[in-house]
Amino acid sequence: MEDLKATPLRAEHENLKALMAPFGGWLMPIQYSGIIAEHKWCREKGALFDICHMGEFLFKGDLVADGLEGVFTFPVSTIPVGRSRYGFLLNDAGGVIDDLIVFRLAGDEAMIVVNAATTGNDFAVIRSRLKNPAALTDISARTGKVDLQGPLSRAIMVEHFGEAIRDIPFFKFIKTAILGSDAIVSRTGYTGELGYEIFLPADKVPELWRLLLEDPRVAPAGLGARDLLRLEMGYSLYGNDLDETITPLTAGLSSFVNMDKEFVGKAALERELVQGSPRMKVAFKVDSRRAPRHHYRILHQGEEVGVVTSGAFSPMLSCGIGLGLVKPGAAALGTRLTIRHEKVEMEAQVVELPFYTGGSLRS
Amino acid sequence: MAKFYTKEHEWVEVAGAQATVGISEHAAHELGDITYVELPKIGKSVKQFEALAAIESVKAASDIYAPLSGKVAEVNQALEEAPELVNQWAESEGWICKLEGCDSAELSALMDDDAYTEYLKGL
Repeated sequence: MEDLKATPLRAEHENLKALMAPFGGWLMPIQYSGIIAEHKWCREKGALFDICHMGEFLFKGDLVADGLEGVFTFPVSTIPVGRSRYGFLLNDAGGVIDDLIVFRLAGDEAMIVVNAATTGNDFAVIRSRLKNPAALTDISARTGKVDLQGPLSRAIMVEHFGEAIRDIPFFKFIKTAILGSDAIVSRTGYTGELGYEIFLPADKVPELWRLLLEDPRVAPAGLGARDLLRLEMGYSLYGNDLDETITPLTAGLSSFVNMDKEFVGKAALERELVQGSPRMKVAFKVDSRRAPRHHYRILHQGEEVGVVTSGAFSPMLSCGIGLGLVKPGAAALGTRLTIRHEKVEMEAQVVELPFYTGGSLRS
Repeated sequence: MAKFYTKEHEWVEVAGAQATVGISEHAAHELGDITYVELPKIGKSVKQFEALAAIESVKAASDIYAPLSGKVAEVNQALEEAPELVNQWAESEGWICKLEGCDSAELSALMDDDAYTEYLKGL
């Protein structure tokens, strides 16, 4: 574990006796009290996540003239200041190099938030596609990020950091001062609950972390709970449900791709639209408490039709749930599937997303 | 009654020719939140150290091996609805199954409480 990177919160996690494990090149907390307890806390109260490992880039320049507009699958120059948008960075074949969010900080300024494991490559790829590469700076090391997610998160944030937070709509953000430093508070997250992502200078993060944990409504949650929460919403996980061999169309994420603009990978997606996708994303529920897991095989009427890309036991549904890629004939709602791995076999049914519909996300 | 342990962290408690089997508190703790137990079929015969049942936690799926040879006489049906009993009481109410027709001579291949405690220290 010597070559793993640590976030500014490593000592905090160790004080909390978190179980730590490698994740995307970082030493990260997997759980504190227990994955299911943390998961339920997030669904009921306010869960605090260390997300300092994710990457942030700052773009300063003309979004169109300097070339940022052509980089992603979604328009960036039309994002209103104070809003963010989710989408993809693709390779020439239409495969997903990363999924990310662009925050429009000002007319000539955008922050790009990317996955931890892909940060270095993302930066190189984005920079190489810019007409003015100097417009992009990697600010990951100096930028800290914690997420507060859960139905009580708004009340908690307003009490601690002011009334301005109360009115932030979904996928908007404000610039504000937290602990005397410039911060961004964004109404985003990946849990299905009302929640906020807080960006502030890395050296201020431990103080913010401790301050929020003093609140009895707040408990820390690790990557274990985060994975269950995002899967219950059916959100894709980079490295499992998305990678450079999977296009956004295959992954069922075409709503984050705008075919009316130019971007790298568009020609491949146009071909896929004409020819049809060889495989499709599918969401399924298992008939038992058994968990389907990454790489388990998917069968339909005795024939192998695909593979599980993400799977787990759902604490809210009390059954196994999963996402997979299958041949198109096996993806219709209601289709019965068999999930198999070595001696393990379970029956499942194709369902609609999200798996869990009781979240406070849009409240 | 004395418990005996395997290197794979199962425990067994023998009363006459019948033996109660579970996983150790250490194993339950290491697995984390247990979400599913695949109970063995009643009447199934197993040899010592063969796969007997399976257990899943949020983190992983693992096999449970028979600490002794025997035939499955009873299973803990409460685990079907409440597998978390294994987390709460791994070495009592969280038992997995009972085997019959066991031979206590096989206990010599297992660890007693003290030996298991020592074994855990070395892991």
